[in-house]
Amino acid sequence: MDLKEKLITSFLVYEDKISADADGKVQDIRSEAFNRFEKQGFPTKKDEEWKYTSLKSVLKHDYKIFPKIESAIEFKNVKNYFLHEIDSYKIVFVDGVYSSFLSETTHDGFDICLLSAALSKPKYKMVIDHYFNTIARKEDSITSLNTAFSKEGAYINVPKNTVVPKPVQIIHFSTGIETDVLLQPRNLIVVGENSHVQIVERHQSLNENVVLTNSVTEIFAGKRAIVDYYKIQNDRKTASLIDSTYVKQLQQSVASVNTFSFGGSLTRNNLEFYQEGEHITSNLNGITIIEDKQLVDNHTLVNHKFPNCESHELYKGIYFDSSTGVFNGKVIVDKEAQKTNAFQQNDNILIDDKASINAKPQLEIFADDVKCSHGCTIGQLDEDSLFYLRSRGIPKKEANALLLYAFANDALQKIKIPELKTRITKIIAQKLDVSLGFDV
Amino acid sequence: MLEIKNLHANIDDKEILKGINLSVKAGEVHAIMGPNGSGKSTLSSVIAGKEDYEVTEGQVILNGEDLDDMAPEDRAHKGIFLSFQYPIEIPGVSVTNFIKTAINETRKANGLNELPAKDMLQKIKKTAELLEIDRKFLSRSLNEGFSGGEKKRNEIFQMAMLEPKLAILDETDSGLDIDALKVVANGVNKLKSKDNAVILITHYQRLLEYIVPDFVHVLHDGKIVKSGGKELALELEEKGYDWLK
Repeated sequence: MDLKEKLITSFLVYEDKISADADGKVQDIRSEAFNRFEKQGFPTKKDEEWKYTSLKSVLKHDYKIFPKIESAIEFKNVKNYFLHEIDSYKIVFVDGVYSSFLSETTHDGFDICLLSAALSKPKYKMVIDHYFNTIARKEDSITSLNTAFSKEGAYINVPKNTVVPKPVQIIHFSTGIETDVLLQPRNLIVVGENSHVQIVERHQSLNENVVLTNSVTEIFAGKRAIVDYYKIQNDRKTASLIDSTYVKQLQQSVASVNTFSFGGSLTRNNLEFYQEGEHITSNLNGITIIEDKQLVDNHTLVNHKFPNCESHELYKGIYFDSSTGVFNGKVIVDKEAQKTNAFQQNDNILIDDKASINAKPQLEIFADDVKCSHGCTIGQLDEDSLFYLRSRGIPKKEANALLLYAFANDALQKIKIPELKTRITKIIAQKLDVSLGFDV
Repeated sequence: MLEIKNLHANIDDKEILKGINLSVKAGEVHAIMGPNGSGKSTLSSVIAGKEDYEVTEGQVILNGEDLDDMAPEDRAHKGIFLSFQYPIEIPGVSVTNFIKTAINETRKANGLNELPAKDMLQKIKKTAELLEIDRKFLSRSLNEGFSGGEKKRNEIFQMAMLEPKLAILDETDSGLDIDALKVVANGVNKLKSKDNAVILITHYQRLLEYIVPDFVHVLHDGKIVKSGGKELALELEEKGYDWLK
């Protein structure tokens, strides 16, 4: 039985267990999504959006769709996956199940809790009706698959005029106690007018057993809200991730999504921004450093729908060995969106002959008074720069690493949590296999 | 200190250096002058070990050791410093962090421990004062957004920190206004000692008014066509290079 058939059978058998909201509305959303997935199935390379990324090898496993074993893990064993240097809220899942032991949630002034609770409790009904599955791309079969099956995830609701005083960490662990597990977390983040929140998200497997995560996140930024979202993708090479993030912004809001892709076997990021008001800023930043046969695919979309808005997109990629990168950056400027300022830059360095990058900027501009720029570079390290560093006594390997670090630096500078910046810099140093020899 | 014997070097199969002989002793300052395309920068790059150049004949010997195929970093560890005409920018790495890394790598290669942080700071402070460099400048990313003069001054700062045995200054005077030139020259003069040597690569005589050379060599078409004392530079300034061809 292939995975699609298995999913279909499972859904029919387990439908009742997936969700039980009072008036059946969520149930209807799930059924509709399920029908969509059943009709479309998984995308293949024939699908334009999946031309360079084949899911074939990822889908061949006989995934367990509802992992049976519940397992506890000790904080000391997973401490390093947390940003433990700072105080934070934490929403932690182990094999798809909420771990109250590892989490630190709140309802004091704002909600940082579980989506399952939000979906089933009457007091959250208004929010759910208004937001849940309203911006996730319904035509996307993988997002639909998540909508049909997802049982759990983070729910963050910040009412207006509220600054969440410390970052929120959303961490999904997979223990690998069972192998070939499919996880489908779902996050819903609603940030009210004038409010501010910082979120760090991570998916982490704890051993070498195969795991596939199909994650969907919806983010709503109200008027003048500021949302900073960081994704740390540094999983083991037996883990694959399809991560779809949908952002809707109201006027004068600033939303930033920073994606750091260092690990995993296959990582596909779908990141879509929809601007629903004037004077909105959307920031998309990414650093990819991969090796061996790893693949990272960043598919982004920014839809400028109103006048006087901005988007800034900067993706940097470093590819070792026979790793593969894909960058597809689509910017749509609607006819009404005059005075749009859209900037996109994608720079790549291929270290080895067998590494490859498929880069495709796509600009669809229907307004006539706009500033849109895009640039894409693919290159190797500059020999003159290397000679400069080596002539100062810095050995070749360290000099290479220093130049790569400098190359990624402008994307790194976008991180607003200093401890996170240090952490990411350390991961980069690790990836480049050097000590950068100084504090950052 | 440095012996160059019948040095021939190619880039992309084109011969640039066609038999250079040069002897530099500790405590000496040599100026190498010559028109564009005479091979001045090639010579400095070859001494520093740039891999784009292929040495087809001859030798570069530093303190009795043939440098042969030695990597640029190993040459640096043995005391060669090349000040670049166009220093590169390294975003995200401060001048201080860069020089710390360079010094400690050199110490490591020479079997020494890392310089304690306190001593490093002291040394940075002293050197910055000597070269009239603002401390704020040192926390900026290396060469990023620096003016031409700042880049050159930063090169001299690195030189002063690394304390090379042989410093080669490649067109350090180009792009400098007279005040900046004086500061740079002053720095070089203060660092000069009986134990180290300096090679100045320059197009113009101007720099030599401030750093007085013991010897002047004229490079033309990959060969040294004339050598003399400091008065040769003045003669060149007056007559140009044509009379030497």
